[in-house]
Amino acid sequence: MWGYVGRRLLLAIPTLLGASIIVFAMVHLAPGDPISAILPVDASKEQIEDTKRAYGFDKPLPVQYLKWLGRVVQGDLGKSIATRRAVILDVRDSLANSLVLAVSSSLLAFGAGIALGLLAAFHQSRALDKLASAIAVIGVSVPHYWAGIILIIIFSVQLNWLPAMGASSDGGLVGYLRHMALPTIALALIPLGVIARVTRSAALDILNQEFVLALRAKGLARARVFKHVVKNAAPQIITVLGLQFGFQLGGSVLVEAVFSWPGTGYLLNLAIFQRDMPVLQGVILVLATFFVLLNLLVDVLQTYIDPRIARH
Amino acid sequence: MTRFIGFLVVAVLSLALASGASAEGTLRIGMTAADIPYTGGQTDNGFEGFRFVGYQIYEPLINWDLSRSDKLPSLVPGLAESWEVSKSDPKKWIFKLRKNVKFHDGSAFNADSVLFTFDSIKNKQAAQFDQYGSAQISWRLSALKAMKKLDDYTIELETPTVTSFVPYQIVYMVIVSPAQWDKVKDWRKFAEQPSGTGPFRVTRFVPRERLELEANKGYWDPKRTPKVDKVVLLPMPEPTTRLAALRSGQVDWIEVPPPDSIAQLKGGGFQIVTNKYPHNWGHILRLDKEPWNNKAVRKAANYAIDRVGICKNLLNDTCVPGTGVAYKGHPWFGNPKETYDYNPAKAKEILKAAGFDGVSKRPARAVALISTSGSGQMLPLAMNELVQKNLKDVGIDVDLQPIEWNSLTQRFRIGFTGENAGVNALNISFNFLEPFSGFGRFFHSKSVPPTSVNIMPFVNPESDKLLDEAEKTFDLAKQDAILAKVHEVVVDEAPWIFVVHDLNPRAMSPKVKGFVPPQSWFVDLTQVSVAK
Repeated sequence: MWGYVGRRLLLAIPTLLGASIIVFAMVHLAPGDPISAILPVDASKEQIEDTKRAYGFDKPLPVQYLKWLGRVVQGDLGKSIATRRAVILDVRDSLANSLVLAVSSSLLAFGAGIALGLLAAFHQSRALDKLASAIAVIGVSVPHYWAGIILIIIFSVQLNWLPAMGASSDGGLVGYLRHMALPTIALALIPLGVIARVTRSAALDILNQEFVLALRAKGLARARVFKHVVKNAAPQIITVLGLQFGFQLGGSVLVEAVFSWPGTGYLLNLAIFQRDMPVLQGVILVLATFFVLLNLLVDVLQTYIDPRIARH
Repeated sequence: MTRFIGFLVVAVLSLALASGASAEGTLRIGMTAADIPYTGGQTDNGFEGFRFVGYQIYEPLINWDLSRSDKLPSLVPGLAESWEVSKSDPKKWIFKLRKNVKFHDGSAFNADSVLFTFDSIKNKQAAQFDQYGSAQISWRLSALKAMKKLDDYTIELETPTVTSFVPYQIVYMVIVSPAQWDKVKDWRKFAEQPSGTGPFRVTRFVPRERLELEANKGYWDPKRTPKVDKVVLLPMPEPTTRLAALRSGQVDWIEVPPPDSIAQLKGGGFQIVTNKYPHNWGHILRLDKEPWNNKAVRKAANYAIDRVGICKNLLNDTCVPGTGVAYKGHPWFGNPKETYDYNPAKAKEILKAAGFDGVSKRPARAVALISTSGSGQMLPLAMNELVQKNLKDVGIDVDLQPIEWNSLTQRFRIGFTGENAGVNALNISFNFLEPFSGFGRFFHSKSVPPTSVNIMPFVNPESDKLLDEAEKTFDLAKQDAILAKVHEVVVDEAPWIFVVHDLNPRAMSPKVKGFVPPQSWFVDLTQVSVAK
């Protein structure tokens, strides 16, 4: 088991390297440059050259990349070009905000999604199944940033119940929770749909197997049959949960932009427009690390639940 | 499941009921900037940085008088009580500094503070040299060659040439506290605990999220002691986010509401504040290549634009037609021969007289680089499509090449060479706050790159002569009259397609009182109050 975990961790290194090289190359391929984001258009040639030197942009790209990598290995993510703050601080603050949203929206999506999926599976082809499936399809199909805007219009602008943007902690915990409510719902929609559909098909799969028939035939109570079905469907569902949680963490650029939620997505968005390379690289690296660890955690959990997987 | 839903409903409702009212006397502003402008003194984010950070926390030696709506702001004493140019040597200026002024950290303002700030911008060898701040501002301070302390409250400024534009440069240099810098010895740290002499002081700085200011009760000018206790500045680059934040009561004031929301906001009881200010939006043309090397084509283009239509139908009266660099009524507008009212028939006539019949012979197809959004760009895509259609109607074909804002500013800096070799025009908005921004950098032959941004290039001996004369004229009324002549030359030469002047729309909650919209990019927040 530990050998397996160690191997997987070693394999993570090339994955992370690959991710950082791709990000570095893509940002440099895109038109525009960081200098345009931080200097006025009238700045003199001399000022521009001085600034480039100060940030190391005068060096060839591979040298810039290797220098960055050298520092990262020592635990230094560098400084933001736009704010000149240590990237690690920006990443820390934004990651904390994103984690909060990722956890809250995942809880909402996982709870509601699994419930809907099981409901649909156990009432296959009946009205309840159709309704649950319709909700799932809507969840998957509605763009979440659009849903976010609609939520703002209803709950912030019309009803004036919840704040429209930001993550202000002025009102203490209650204030923070109020700011969280709408982005949580918007962010939960897609995973809710995905999980409901996966749960339904996984549960149906098991329900149609002969051992379920046998369980029923020997007169087992419905609740006991349900437990067996859920346990057998769990590995498939957990895989999706793990992936979805990863997406929740890194894939909320649009929702965070709509709600000005100061998380990693918002930071990425800002950094892209400011061509803030160190921030971009830092955030992506940290997110990629999370993704890799999360996948590993899912795999370990799966083996734990279904020991057959370890043997393959 | 039902229990879970029940829990959720209760949770959401209780959160809603617990909605906290904002503190009294707090003004919350949604800015268009994506981030909090640099708080270390010589700020970034263009004039929005000056508006909300530079001129609130800090002050220059000379201030803009932002107390009136009906006329352009004049220059008034700030940290300097008076200034004059030396009669014997007009390259020397004497500034008498204000006494009994304290920085937010309690240290005293004096001549050393001014020299300290000057060195932080101009002297690369100084310990306090601020590479970042210097790069933001030093292009505006070209006439500030050297500074000398005559006594604790008198400084002497030396300029490289005789220039009357010195006060127009001094307004951009805000004075920072040397005592505070000595405590931290690093500009990044200074920016997190800044100290100036301005009417507001920083109390809380959350990078990328919010900047909180409180009234500086010991401000030297009792007339400008802030009426609010607190100002909260929030970066909100998304227009829809700003709008929602205002309508849900999260902020009291937003910059640039989306034009199509204005009627709705007015109906909802919100105040919409506008005024003319030195902003222009148009196409900067490439003058050494077809089709814009032909003056007739440029003039025809200017007569082809339906500016009233753009402002009325597209921008809901948040702009006024622009028929020159300056707007009508501005002291620099003058009396140009060409009026550029919307007249497609006249445009076609001009083209015909120049040999373009509109059928077999049309001006060469032109390419215009435009942005998809960006600071001060208004609604670039929709506006440019109208401009394109107007031009096509009279027989001028323009291809629009939209690129993202950061790339456009980079391409502007390159000029019409290299990557831009196939480009004939750039659409960027500009200010004409002072003579250099308005005219000097574009319409003087000495401003051709790499010196400055006359990328067209516009080389006109008359314009050169008049600009040199204006720079040597110390009487402001006479100087204005000369600049108006420069404007007449520029308008009649039509090196740009002049389109509109923005009206600086802002939307405010009905609780915001006492705001006077000046004809400026800057605002005076000290006179604003927020009713309960």
